[in-house]
Amino acid sequence: MQFGIFSVGDVTPDPTNGRTPTEHERIKAMVAIALKAEEVGLDVFATGEHHNPPFVPSSPTTMLGYIAARTERLILSTATTLITTNDPVKIAEDYAMLQHLADGRVDLMLGRGNTAPVYPWFGKDIRDGISLAIENYHLLHRLWREDVVDWEGRHRTPLQGFTSTPRPLDGVPPFVWHGSIRSPEIAEQAAYYGDGFFANNIFWPKEHFQRLIGLYRRRYEHYGHGSADQAIVGLGGQVFMRKNSQDAVREFRPYFDNAPVYGHGPSLEDFMAQTPLTVGSPQQVIDRTMKFREYFGDYQRQLFLMDHAGLPLKTVLEQLDILGEEVVPVLRKEFAALRPAHVPEAPTHASLVAAARAKADEAEAAR
Amino acid sequence: MTARPAGGRTVAVVSAGLGQPSSTRLLADRLAAAATAALRDLGADTEVVTVELRDHAHRMVDAALTGFAAGALRDAVETVTGADGLVAVTPVFNASYSGLFKMFFDLLERGSLEGMPVLIGATGGTARHSLVLEHAVRPMFAYLRAAVAPTAVYAASQDWGSGGSDGADGLTERVARAGRELASLVAARPPARDRRGAGDADPYEDPVPFERLLASGGQ
Repeated sequence: MQFGIFSVGDVTPDPTNGRTPTEHERIKAMVAIALKAEEVGLDVFATGEHHNPPFVPSSPTTMLGYIAARTERLILSTATTLITTNDPVKIAEDYAMLQHLADGRVDLMLGRGNTAPVYPWFGKDIRDGISLAIENYHLLHRLWREDVVDWEGRHRTPLQGFTSTPRPLDGVPPFVWHGSIRSPEIAEQAAYYGDGFFANNIFWPKEHFQRLIGLYRRRYEHYGHGSADQAIVGLGGQVFMRKNSQDAVREFRPYFDNAPVYGHGPSLEDFMAQTPLTVGSPQQVIDRTMKFREYFGDYQRQLFLMDHAGLPLKTVLEQLDILGEEVVPVLRKEFAALRPAHVPEAPTHASLVAAARAKADEAEAAR
Repeated sequence: MTARPAGGRTVAVVSAGLGQPSSTRLLADRLAAAATAALRDLGADTEVVTVELRDHAHRMVDAALTGFAAGALRDAVETVTGADGLVAVTPVFNASYSGLFKMFFDLLERGSLEGMPVLIGATGGTARHSLVLEHAVRPMFAYLRAAVAPTAVYAASQDWGSGGSDGADGLTERVARAGRELASLVAARPPARDRRGAGDADPYEDPVPFERLLASGGQ
């Protein structure tokens, strides 16, 4: 099972002192957080993509390429890549380039994006959101698998004799996760291709995500990629830890109360009861995360949101130390002990290359 | 009209009154009682379930900010959207419905009141505000594609002291007429519990197959 962190990349004032980091500070902080993730033994760093203030990560492959050069093992991913408003041709090129530079340590998560003005800013219509996600990904999927593509669709200039370069590393495209918080169409899409499905469950109650993930698992089996419990599921999580849970609550409360997403709404206690947010001791985080398996089945990737709500970099790095030293090692062991043998790990470049070779050998033997 | 076979019906009552006791709730109860009596005449037993929005005030703000209704508010939403008919009553504030009243309906999923028989009512200090029902409340339910009964009932303070049945258009008569209209709208539809699963497919249980999504451009 893979453990990692994902960042929205928001520039948010620290409510305890009113200080707002500059964009430069925030960008450098994201890099420092990614490097820390590798240092403490996490598997994945994923950055969001945004095209409006107060968010900085408009250019994920630039940032991930830089992080790739400074890390050895960390998988670089996104959370999410906008499949609606980005040109799928440019996604194919950018992420194939990143995949080569990072020696295969790359996957990506596709999402529609929910900031209405981004669509018209990039020449699209938000009412076409699902349609764009379906058609653009269909093209992206082909661009990475067919050397020469002829293509015509509703949302983009047609292509005749187009070759996306560089070709994917070792002929194996980056693994793709489809992210959704509510659209059954996206779960269906992920299931159809046998891709991963990431349910960003951090802001809503579990009952909703049980239905969404249940749908993805059933349809994954329906499309013949394996049994429902072999489908590739990723989940979010949101935690703040101190050795004593009361200290964690005391320190995190002002950040919670003023957070851009849910601040000035429910109490910290209500939100913890209703969503996966866990503010407490490392053991409480372990217990809560183990519950995800009971709710959603054995899954392959757990990403935590750690750098948000204006938390200072120093605090985030401390949190990553706790996560890497006290939480993830226990979770790795406990999840591994419970996982049935037929449930796969999340695909990596190495495992996808091995699978492609095995398939080629099989075809060879059959001839 | 012909009564459909008798069966349990549910009428949900949404009252946005703030006082305790509240004249808005008083009107809501009388409208529900009139609808129930009329439904009984049509052969249907009716259960009335009342949602006092004041009880959910904090959770409604939370839901507006977080995007999900939690706990008792979620139950209230399900009560309303799963009912056979709805009585919705608001006090008049600043020439419109109250903020609390609007906030509740803003939380409902799109389409969840489509075709719902609704009886609207409002209360206020003087009868001069009575057209709020026609200019503000009815258009909101029209937007939600609910089936709003022709008679909307406004109760001014003075109405509570007027004789009930002396005039042709006293509060009692208006309430009774509105109740009959809601009852006939409710009785004309199959019970909500039989409709479920028939017309509206659950997209999480029964998704649009991918080939169709792709062929139709995802629409």
